[in-house]
Formats: sequence, structure tokens, C-alpha cells
Amino acid sequence: MSQRIPVTELAADFRSRATTALADDQLRTNFRTAMDSLIKKRADAFPDEQEREGLRELGNRIKARALSRLPDLLEQLEAKLTENGVTVHWAETVEQANRIVHGIIEARNGRQVVKGKSMVSEEMEMNDYLARRDIECLESDMGEYIVQLDGEKPSHIIMPAIHKNARQVSRLFSEKLDEPATDDVNELIQTGRRTLRRKFMEADVGVSGVNFAIAETGTLLLVENEGNGRMSTTVPPVHIAVTGIEKVVQNLRDVVPLLSLLTRSALGQPITTYVNLISGPRKPEELDGPEEVHLVLLDNGRSGAFADAQMRQTLNCIRCGACMNHCPVYTRVGGHTYGEVYPGPIGKIITPHMAGLNQVPDHPGASSLCGACGEVCPVKIPIPQLLQRLRQENVRNPAEPQVVKGGGSKYSRTERMIWQGWQLLNTRPALYGLFLRAATRLRRLTPKNAGPWTRNHSAPVPARRSLHELADAHLRQRGDQ
Amino acid sequence: MTARSNILGKLRNSLAGTTPRPDEFDEQLVTRPWQYPPAARVERLRSLMEAVHTEVHQVSATDWPALVADLLNRRNLSNLLCAPATDHGKALQHYWQTTGQRSQLLAYDRPIEQWKTALFENVEASITGTIGGIAATGSLVLWPDRHEPRLMSLVPPVHIALLKASEIHDNLYDLMTAQRWAAGLPTNALLVSGPSKTADIEQVLAYGAHGPKELIVVILDQA
Amino acid sequence: MNELFYDAAPNATRVAPDRPKPRQYPDKPAEVVLFGTCVVDLFFPEAGMDAIRLLEWEGIRVHFPREQSCCGQPAWTSGYRDQAKAVARAQLEVLDRSGFPVVVPSGSCAGMLRHHYRELFADEPDTLARVNALAERTFELTEFLLRVCKVRLADQGQPRRVALHTSCSARREMDTHLHARELLGQLDNVERVDHDHESECCGFGGTFSVRMPEVSGAMVMDKTRALMDSGAVEMVTADGGCLLNINGSLEKQQQAFRGRHLASFLWERVNTRARKGAV
Repeated sequence: MSQRIPVTELAADFRSRATTALADDQLRTNFRTAMDSLIKKRADAFPDEQEREGLRELGNRIKARALSRLPDLLEQLEAKLTENGVTVHWAETVEQANRIVHGIIEARNGRQVVKGKSMVSEEMEMNDYLARRDIECLESDMGEYIVQLDGEKPSHIIMPAIHKNARQVSRLFSEKLDEPATDDVNELIQTGRRTLRRKFMEADVGVSGVNFAIAETGTLLLVENEGNGRMSTTVPPVHIAVTGIEKVVQNLRDVVPLLSLLTRSALGQPITTYVNLISGPRKPEELDGPEEVHLVLLDNGRSGAFADAQMRQTLNCIRCGACMNHCPVYTRVGGHTYGEVYPGPIGKIITPHMAGLNQVPDHPGASSLCGACGEVCPVKIPIPQLLQRLRQENVRNPAEPQVVKGGGSKYSRTERMIWQGWQLLNTRPALYGLFLRAATRLRRLTPKNAGPWTRNHSAPVPARRSLHELADAHLRQRGDQ
Repeated sequence: MTARSNILGKLRNSLAGTTPRPDEFDEQLVTRPWQYPPAARVERLRSLMEAVHTEVHQVSATDWPALVADLLNRRNLSNLLCAPATDHGKALQHYWQTTGQRSQLLAYDRPIEQWKTALFENVEASITGTIGGIAATGSLVLWPDRHEPRLMSLVPPVHIALLKASEIHDNLYDLMTAQRWAAGLPTNALLVSGPSKTADIEQVLAYGAHGPKELIVVILDQA
Repeated sequence: MNELFYDAAPNATRVAPDRPKPRQYPDKPAEVVLFGTCVVDLFFPEAGMDAIRLLEWEGIRVHFPREQSCCGQPAWTSGYRDQAKAVARAQLEVLDRSGFPVVVPSGSCAGMLRHHYRELFADEPDTLARVNALAERTFELTEFLLRVCKVRLADQGQPRRVALHTSCSARREMDTHLHARELLGQLDNVERVDHDHESECCGFGGTFSVRMPEVSGAMVMDKTRALMDSGAVEMVTADGGCLLNINGSLEKQQQAFRGRHLASFLWERVNTRARKGAV
């Protein structure tokens, strides 16, 4: 039990979940090892700094261009896809999206759904929604499959089961699938393969996400290494793709740099094993492929982020996960601590728009603003800047109109007054001088217990004399002051 | 319709008074670092693909059926899914007939619904053509069609792909441009860069996740 | 910045600012202002004094305006923009009075002056011009010594192995992550050793350390362990915040290992008298 951390069920707030995760040595080893390896892979994949930076800049401009004409591109995408025979649906909320998906499945009397990896379907909690309506929705990405089998949520957007080691997976497989225990990863994967191949054959509907939706050609581009994405989008007679409205790019050529940025940033691979470009359902003369292809475009708070020019940059995200791989906070607490679909730095800046800041009040503050995330982001999202901005939104007076949904959730009159006092101290030199004198002269009175600081540190005892005093004396000696 | 107009309305409202950003696409950034002398393309593709467990062979454009027969025999495979109507399908059939091969050539000649179980359970290997390769990333490009449907390169545990050396492009951008992809794509286009794999358990790389366990690339030199 | 080139509308879609060009450094000035920073002021005043001594050693006349206090960063990173702005404005007034280059013995405070003041005053075009001018003449101590003074340090000390901790601000905002290395490299008898996960944050993050003590504590624990395991006898850093965090943690753990401000370390190495504690 100590090995398994369904932290989401254990505690309601970030700090309590973090405390649980931090105490779990196995979990911390699993994350640290995996993140170190991913950091190295990314570094090795970008040996030339000039090339990397040029590409990041291009990626940033491609996404900015797409966002600057987002409504037009969405309409163009819809028109092109429709022309290609794909049905396009729009959903403002996850509830609407789920209803659309359910409707499509019902129309085919579908009972079994097989799913390729899709973070948007996680946002929708599609599996649960369909299960409540007697439709089995099975994850087919190995990591997602493992997580689903254990009744958990993904802890990483690219590596959903990264919090588990092989022994933990083995125990799970022998418990749930009645397989002999083995620590051999190859054998574990072959178990997954056997089980899921049958499911691909039987499934009535395949669900997938989308990495890039290309307006110019009406194409859905999906990347993957396993082949489950191709299976899910090709074998069942119906394919439903679900995606966020920010995934659209203008031109086909735009995906060339984005694809390179995505696979190298995420996994350090020059390219994934499969890049799957879907531009339509099976044509009459073709022998396989789905008869129906649907695209569900989901808003779920994205248009709220879009409304503010600074926070709009959040929507540049291509979901590579590099920000979490490089995050010292994520590395230590793992994905479940965030308690939401998107963990890590990107989760901290996007979840407030989806769930509301009041649902994740600790998210913006759970960062030392070290800047590692912004440094590696392939589309140059200024993540630290956005975290800082969300902190401002978080302490806004709730009585004022809010820019972010659920803003003002950390508003505290007391804290505001403390900062006002701090302001006074730091804008009145005489007062500041008096403070320095008092703090240095009364240094022996520094409390041994200074709240959260002294949990990790000795008491912050000031020096005998402040720099103000020492410098003054020094400069006086020099005859200056 | 209301969701659609609400979403578009909100987005338009947020962009009020702004102009769309210009297209600053710089093709140099995606081409210049990825250029190779023609002679080096094969080597680059081969080394990248081999690094991800792909078996790569290079033979003359006429000798390849013998190699394919040998590949099957060495693996003790009893059948091979191929497209009889294509040039390479014809060549293969001819070779099989003249040499009396033990393994059976199968054709994907019915809609998937009519033989799904057989495809998943009985077919041991497949052979398809490609419409090109990419040296920069070590990738094959496939445009499945009625002769070589999408699942041919996915379901059988062994996938053999024929690639003409002359059709290896430097990078994806060059290939897309040369083949005029933006003017129209097939219902499904694929880049394949190795056998199926996963690193989802402890980051340990395991091959044969859901797709082919083996990818064999046969590079054809000019006849 | 450059987005204004295409679209002056405030709701225009933003692109990332252009990559900063390598900083052009001026000739060594005759006079500078030392912006001491509040952490150094209260907890590490000797580091501030050693910075003054190093600069004077270089023949520079150092001013220390009494009206200076904090750069405003704690409020800024806590989301209290108005309060941060008021404090920033006060510092701007003080630092504008002389117009001398400003030397800061802390990467994060230098980053605040050089980068975040621009964000704070983005809505005040008149002030922004002064803020930009201040940014142009603000230097982190290590870059000032190395690139502006072009110091050549003559090591007077005994052989010593040290670990260097570079603050995230120096690394990612000020682009001065190699400067302290280079300065240490000039010292013949000093061996700099790398520590595990060297580029990782020490966990300070200003008020982060008290808002998220669990996570911050785990980070500083890992950092101090890595430093102690590096084989160094002490740690040096050019950032007061990291020093406060790392030393406070080491003392709490009752370890003998300590960190020291780079200014103090350098001054001690080049000036034998410094070891006796006086100039």
C-alpha cells in the first residue's frame, strides 16, 4: 500500500498531497530517475544550440500566428474536414463533448470503445462518463492501460505510468490479469499487447486525441511510438478524435518544425515511430479505415485564457511534457500531487482556466520560479511570467471583476496589510533604517520558531550590524558621507 | 450550432482590433541542418533506423525477391501479405512461382470486416512499397491505398518495406514540397520510423508494443 | 516589444521577445553605486562590504545611497504588484539620482532591476524610459568584475576545493552563469568541483520557501546533500537568497559545511589581510 499513491484520494489540497508524495521514497526515486533520463535525452537530441533556439523561435511564431487567426482557422479546418468527409462537432464544456461522443457511439449501438492516448479525453473523464452508460472505454496506450487497470490517473502527460516501476506493474498484472509475476519489461509489454490486440478487433469505436489539426488540408496529425494510435483510428468502423481548439495550425508545412520540436523535447527522439496523418474516412474503393470520422473541438476554458493577450500564450502548448521533466517541484512530488489532469508547470498555468483558480488555489504558488520550464519550452511559453501573473490574479479582491475564472481565491486582507506595511518600510528610508537598527540590535530576540521558515532552516538571525551601517562607516572613513 | 457560435464569438471578441500575425515561416530552419549529399542519404537513413531496431538491407532493384524469400525462410514464416496488382507484387509472385517458395503469398483483397480475425491471427508478415524515405529522421513514407491498405503495415508482426534509394529525401520539408502534399493528401498518410515500441514502463525500451515487432527495410538500388 | 511592430492593439497575440544579444559592456567607470539588497543588508553585510572592497581594489569609487532598501521582488513574486511597484519606484528614484552604474551582489535582485522593472512599469511610458536606462546600467557583481573591470585575480590563499552554486536568476535571467566560474578559474589554488544536479534550483524562490515549506525543504535538502557530497570544503554563491536558504538549512541539519558569498571568498583569496577580518 505504501508503494501505491492514489494521492488524489488522500488529501484535498496540494500541500497535503505533496507531503504524502515527498515521504514516498519509491515514488521519488521513480520520478527522479525518469526525469533525469528524459532531461538527458532531450539535451542529446538538441546538440546544436543555435539550431534549437532557431526552431523554438519558429515554433513560437507558428503558434502565435495560428492563435492570431484562431477563429478563421477553426472555420477553415471545419470546412476542409467536412469536404474530406469528416464530421466536425463543437463543445464548450466537457459535458457537451461527452454527450456528443456518447451520441455517436449510441447511433452505432456501440458497446466497446478503444482509446488511443488523449489528454483531452482525460479532461472529459470520458471513460467514467461512458462506463456509467454501460459502454466500456479501454485505454490502449501501454502507460494509460496500466493506469486505468489500477484505477488511477496519469501522472505525466507523455509517460502516464511513470510513477510505477516494473515490479509494481508486474504485481498489478498478476492481480488483475492473472498473469505470472515477472519484472521483465518485455514480457509485461507482451501481456499488454495480447490483451489489447483482441480489444482492437472487437471495438465498435476508436477514440484518439490530435497533436496538430491542419487547417490548410483538413488533416489530423497524431504521433506515437506504440501503434495503438493507428490501431484505434484504423481498425474500428468509427473514429472519434477529440481535441482542444488550440491545436489547429494554419499550413501543412507548419507541422514540420512543430513535429521536430515535439518529439525531441518530449522523448529526445528525432521522430516518433509513427506519424499518422488522417484526412478522411475510408473511401468507397478502400478496404480498411473507419467508415466514419468525427472531430470534437473542445473549448473547456481555453477561450477564457485566449481572452487575455498575456495568458493566451498558454495555448501555444504542444503537450510535450518537457516543462514537467525539467521542473524541480514536479520531479519531487510527481504528477498526482497536482490533483488535476495536467500536472507540472503547464498544468499550473492551464488548469486555472479549465477548473477555475479557486479549484487549484495553490497551483500558481507551487513554484520557486526557477525558470527551468520556460527555458526548455519548445514554443517559448513564458511559464514563469504566467505563474507570476496568476499569483496576481489569485490575490485580487474577490469583490472586483475577475480576469481568470475563480480568481481572488487567495485574497487575504491580513496578507494585503502585511505587504502594505512592507511597502511602507521599503519606501521610507528613515523607517527602513530604524528597522535595520532594531533587527540587528535585537538579533538575540529572533524567535527560534519562525513559522514555516524554521521547519527547514535555523532561526534567521540578523547580522550584528547592517550593511547600511557598515557601508556608512566605511564611506565616512573615506570622507564621503 | 450554439456551441460553435459561442466559441467563435468569444475568440473573435478577444481579437477585436488586432491584425493576424504575418507568416514568418523560415524554411531554412527546417532544411539547412538536414541536408546530405545524395550518397550519404542511404547511410544516414540506415544508421538511424538501425538504431531503433530496424533491419535494413540494400540490394539491386531486381534481386530483392530472393532476399525477401530468404528473410521469410530464415524466420520460418509461412505466409506473406502482399499486393498482387502492384509492380512489386507482380515481381514477387513471379519469383515465387518460378522458384517454388514454401511460404504462401496472401492478398488483401477484401474489406477488413470480412477477414479481421484472420488478418490479426493468421498473417505472419507483410510487404508494402513506400513513396519515399527521409534521411534526416530515418523514416519511411507510406500512402496506403486500395492495393496496400492501412493495416497492411500495422497488424502483421513482421513488416517488410521496399524503399527506392533514389526516393530518399533529405528531410520531411523537402519531401512534402517535392510531392506537393499541401495540394492534397490521401485519407491516410504515414511516416514509419521503426518497429512499434514503448518505454512506458520505467523508461525501458521494449519493441513490439502494438504494431509490428519487426520492421525490415529493403533499399533498392537503381537497376 | 517586437509584437508592437506588427500590432499596437493591447490584445494582439504575443510572440516571444527576440533572443537577447550578448551584452555589450562599457569601459570601467570611475564610480558606481552598490545596490546592497535587503538580504545582504540584514544577513550578510560582510559580503556587501567585500563587494565594496573588491570594487575599490579595482580603483572604483563606490557609493552606497542610504535611501536604498529592497528591490521589490518579494511582493512581485507574491502577486502584490502595486506594493512591488511602489518599492521599485523608490529604488528607481534613488538609483537615478547619481546615474552611476549599479552593481548588485545578488543575481535575483539584479534580475528584478534589469528585467522585471520593465514589466512593472510597462504601463508608464515616461517611467519606462528611465527603467530601461537603469536596466542598461545594472550589473550583477560577477559580470561587473569580469566583463567591465576585466579583473585578473592573483590568488594569495592556500589550496582549497569549493563548490559553486549558481542562482536560477543568474543562470536564466542575467545570463551570468559562467561568470562566477571564470572568476574562480582565475584563482590558481582553488579547485572548483561540480555537484550533482548543479543546475537545479536550491528551493528558495523567495516566499515560496515559506508558502510551500514541504517542497522547498525537499529541494534544499537535496541541494545541501549534493554540495556536501561533492568533495568541496565549502560552497560559494553570488546570490544572497540562495545563501540564506542553503546555510539556514545546513545549520538546521547541524552540519559543519557552509556556504559563503562569492564576494567574501574572492576578497579573502586576493587580499591576505582580509583573513584577519579588517581592511
